[in-house]
Amino acid sequence: MLLEMLQSLPQVLIDGLALGAVYAVVALGYTMVYGILQLINFAHGEIFMTGAFIGTTFFILLMGMGWVSSVPQIFVLILVLIVTACLTGLLGMGIERVAYRPLRNAPRLIPLITAIGISFILQDVIRFIAELSSGNYIVTGPSLFTDQMTISFSSLSSIFNDASFKTSFLIVLVTAFILMISLDYFINRTKWGTAMRAVALDRETASLMSINVNKTISITFFIGSALGGATGVLFAVQYGTIDPFIGFILGMKAFIAAVLGGIGNIRGAMLGGILLGLLEMFASANLTLLTGGIFGAEYKDVFAFSILILVLIFKPEGLLGKPTAEKV
Amino acid sequence: MRLKKSVVLLLSSVLSIGMLAACSSKSKGDESANGSNVIKIATQTPLSGGSAIVGESMRLGAQMKLEEQAEKFKELGYTLKLESYDDQSDPKKGVSNANIIGADNSIYAVVGHFNSGVTIPSSEVYEKYKVAMVSPGATAVTVTDRGLKTVNRIVGRDDAQGPAGAKYAIETLGAKKIFIIQDKTAYGSGIADAFKVAAEEAGAEIVGYEGITVGEKDFNGVINQVLTKNPDLIYFGGIYSEAGIIIKQARDKGIDVPIMGGDGMDASGLVDIAGDAVKNTYITSVAGDSTATEAGKKFVEDYKAKFNKNAEAFSVYGYDAMGVILHAIENAINENDGKIPSKEKVAEAVRSVKDYEGVLTNVTFNEIGDNTNSKIYLYKFNEASYPGILEGEVGK
Amino acid sequence: MKETLAKFLQYKWSQVILFTVFVAVSSAALFFSQKSVTAFLLLLSSLLILHYIKLKNVTKWIIALGLLFILIPFASSGGPAFQSYMDVATMVGIYVSMALGLNIVVGMAGLLDLGFVAFFAVGAYSYSIFATPQAANFMPFGTYPLGGESFWIFLIIGGVVAAIAGVLIGIPVLRVKGDYLAIVTLGFGEIIRILFNNADKPVNITGGAMGIASVTPPEIFGIPLIFPNQFYFVTLVILLFTIFTVLRLERSKLGRSWKAVRENEIAAQAMGIPLVKTKLLAFALGASFSGMMGVVFAAKQAFIDPTSFTLLESFTILVMVVLGGMGSVPGVILGAAVITILNLQVLTELATWVNQLSFGGVISIPEALSPAKMQKFIFGALLVAFALYRPKGLIPAKNKIFDEKKLKESSTHKDFKTTDQKKIQS
Repeated sequence: MLLEMLQSLPQVLIDGLALGAVYAVVALGYTMVYGILQLINFAHGEIFMTGAFIGTTFFILLMGMGWVSSVPQIFVLILVLIVTACLTGLLGMGIERVAYRPLRNAPRLIPLITAIGISFILQDVIRFIAELSSGNYIVTGPSLFTDQMTISFSSLSSIFNDASFKTSFLIVLVTAFILMISLDYFINRTKWGTAMRAVALDRETASLMSINVNKTISITFFIGSALGGATGVLFAVQYGTIDPFIGFILGMKAFIAAVLGGIGNIRGAMLGGILLGLLEMFASANLTLLTGGIFGAEYKDVFAFSILILVLIFKPEGLLGKPTAEKV
Repeated sequence: MRLKKSVVLLLSSVLSIGMLAACSSKSKGDESANGSNVIKIATQTPLSGGSAIVGESMRLGAQMKLEEQAEKFKELGYTLKLESYDDQSDPKKGVSNANIIGADNSIYAVVGHFNSGVTIPSSEVYEKYKVAMVSPGATAVTVTDRGLKTVNRIVGRDDAQGPAGAKYAIETLGAKKIFIIQDKTAYGSGIADAFKVAAEEAGAEIVGYEGITVGEKDFNGVINQVLTKNPDLIYFGGIYSEAGIIIKQARDKGIDVPIMGGDGMDASGLVDIAGDAVKNTYITSVAGDSTATEAGKKFVEDYKAKFNKNAEAFSVYGYDAMGVILHAIENAINENDGKIPSKEKVAEAVRSVKDYEGVLTNVTFNEIGDNTNSKIYLYKFNEASYPGILEGEVGK
Repeated sequence: MKETLAKFLQYKWSQVILFTVFVAVSSAALFFSQKSVTAFLLLLSSLLILHYIKLKNVTKWIIALGLLFILIPFASSGGPAFQSYMDVATMVGIYVSMALGLNIVVGMAGLLDLGFVAFFAVGAYSYSIFATPQAANFMPFGTYPLGGESFWIFLIIGGVVAAIAGVLIGIPVLRVKGDYLAIVTLGFGEIIRILFNNADKPVNITGGAMGIASVTPPEIFGIPLIFPNQFYFVTLVILLFTIFTVLRLERSKLGRSWKAVRENEIAAQAMGIPLVKTKLLAFALGASFSGMMGVVFAAKQAFIDPTSFTLLESFTILVMVVLGGMGSVPGVILGAAVITILNLQVLTELATWVNQLSFGGVISIPEALSPAKMQKFIFGALLVAFALYRPKGLIPAKNKIFDEKKLKESSTHKDFKTTDQKKIQS
């Protein structure tokens, strides 16, 4: 049994990393907004989904033009990533302006409810547009970066099987890491990053220190949503097929990842995302083996949720979070 | 004070609307009371949600037949009307719609549903109102096994489709080790279980039996299990949106064994999603190739001309289901001296249909409403185009 | 002219007369028309108008009971659409009851629960399993299915089982607060659904994804209940019981403790309110109403499967509570009624109408825009609009305002409670 698990381990790790990287970048959006506003931005999953659709549309449009085929695919990807990130960033800022800013002093439940509302609206609007333009809301983009690669783990040790992946996996992973590292730099080393941290710590004091709170929050939303949208593009490249409902499930998982790592904590979200991706992939590949066929891969979400609940019960502040005393 | 004002406003505005509505609804009532020579047929299929493409194609097929027959019924002195309902693949919605349908005295029969999970509770309601139902797509065993008088279907059952697939997989494709994946829905697990039982009986070894979550896009975890088990064939119980992704991801991982599935995968979406990876995929379907016969070719052309859309596999079943119903109603009217009999009699007439020659199906209902002439067809995809190539058919 | 009219309408009797005319007109319209959803909705809305009329509470209740038990079933029995009206009314009853349950948890105790439909599922499954041969798969004794009379016992069992589930979920969950609580309850809701969806192997308990079909209909005095109008009365009785209990609870010591916990947990604890007990009771009581209605739902549908208990359903119930007004009993009733009717009747009718029009060639609306498909969009827009412009809901909750002097004069020993009450308000 153990042998079988080890055999597939390299492949499981690679698939888990790809999924985990997507979770991690989406989780960043949740955690940034939560850190600064103490708000679960449920619409973030839909921003991710919108990004996937915008990206796919651009891919389809660009591929339709003849000259693109002569340009290396990587440039097309970078172009699409930047354009999509800007558009979804603006979308995120707009949502903040319309749905969250007027409610900043309302009870905590109210903005959560607008968030759910916005996410429903986005889902339906995207579905409508997709259905109107192509007759079907399940959209498949052009396949990019499909070259197969194999890492020969078997040469390391005969226990392991070889692992194979597409180039898109490398691209997803590398882009995700670039995004995460630059965000970390931005938050910790730049003026705006400092302002954000200040606002997150204490909004009123920050405004006394001549920080423009509204602008800082807008920028937070822009960056969080741009990251979400860019991840949407990565998702579309990696998995090919998207529909308007991907944001809901994935957003939920990403939120779990953010909580797992300690919500409000940027590095925690990265760790949580990667960890959740790995755990989920491991569970769906090995649960049958582990439980002797009683629980199958269909229980992988139960597995993920149980881990979340356990972490919250024994370490409510998350893996990397710091416990805070409650203000009276 | 504000409260009082709003009470005033509310009362007065609502009252005026009430008066208006009362007048208008009464006039509406008169109209339909006079129009007793209207025969309405309802369709109830998913027009939204994951199965919307299929549901829509069934509805359009039914609509086409209805409009073709409208002239004939005019001569008999009746106006045909179609009422289409959306069950959203949601049992609650289906039951609620079924109550509306049942309550309408001029609705004599229903074409629907696609999802077995919706068909089962909704048909309990049709039975109460004695409204005949002919399903163009619900394949679960429980649909007809409850022995309801009004429930009929023109397609084959899951326990015919699974074994037909298993027989082909083992005898023709020579599969010995089979990995089964299913989507944990009523349809997916039904067909996968039927396949599993038949395959085990035929002597194949089931090396894995796993479930996935509908709506996700990453099935690599389960596919990694397939990779370690190294089967000769993968069977998938579920619908095309997940099947397409599984096929693609399995091929990406270098799994090139045949992949087989049921009629839920029989949609153009499968090819759109999987692309070239769809090669070496087999599906069993209760839906035959519409273009195989002359009548079928004509149907496909007419459909395209009328709706400006390509016919899906189930379009023709919507068309034939409506055909069976109208055929039965026509018989019932002729037997009843040119008058439309009660709903109960119509339901009996539908059940007693013998050898109705549709575009693709030949319909004879048995005592529980299954079509004794239903066939299982087997398609193979050699290239990324829909529909696949007809490999064979299995009678029941 | 306008002013005199307004003045006229302020008198009690003029309101009563107008109300009577309104009820008479709408019920007559409903009775004599073949099928008129408008008339049906107008008749239902008379209950809302009743809420605003200046009458004594007892009188209002008597009128409401009369409307619900006699007039509405009678008036809608005129046309052929009788059963479909009754089906919608039954669903309204079921959802109102659930929303009232969630209102205890979210509105009164301030614990955001995003997995509430799980308790509904627990109730529905507890009856379905034993009212079908399903139970024989794992129960070593007894003969199954149980008869239709067992339904009445299962109403209580369903409630109790759901309450136990509520407590079991509540215990670990109570360690977390606020938004964490929301996500953990959501997780539990999903876990329960996935368990029901997969509990067909190794032992077949819930029928898995195939669900449980042909649930035995309830029986009373040997008469099986199968038609929606019969379920209407069953639901109505349970619903009235629920409303009564919730209203009593709201003004009880427990209800006040909930509100205190909602406003400020630490202050509430300092005032001597046992936090754990109070929160667990909120979970248990909220869940039990939902569980009871689950039993009714299973019996009415005669078939249940896990697709009826998805996350979207939990959100829908939450929308009802928010739309109506968190913490406000009349508001939640209105919110649940509006959403259910919108969902089951108005949108369907609109879609049919649009379909008819496009078949007739009058207008052509792209299929993607069909009103039946716009459900989520409408929900979303409602949620956002209400949160922005009416965050307290359709009928906001209000605390009774006490006159301090009067209370002091009437009794001195209640003094402590008065100040407590005031604190909650402020």
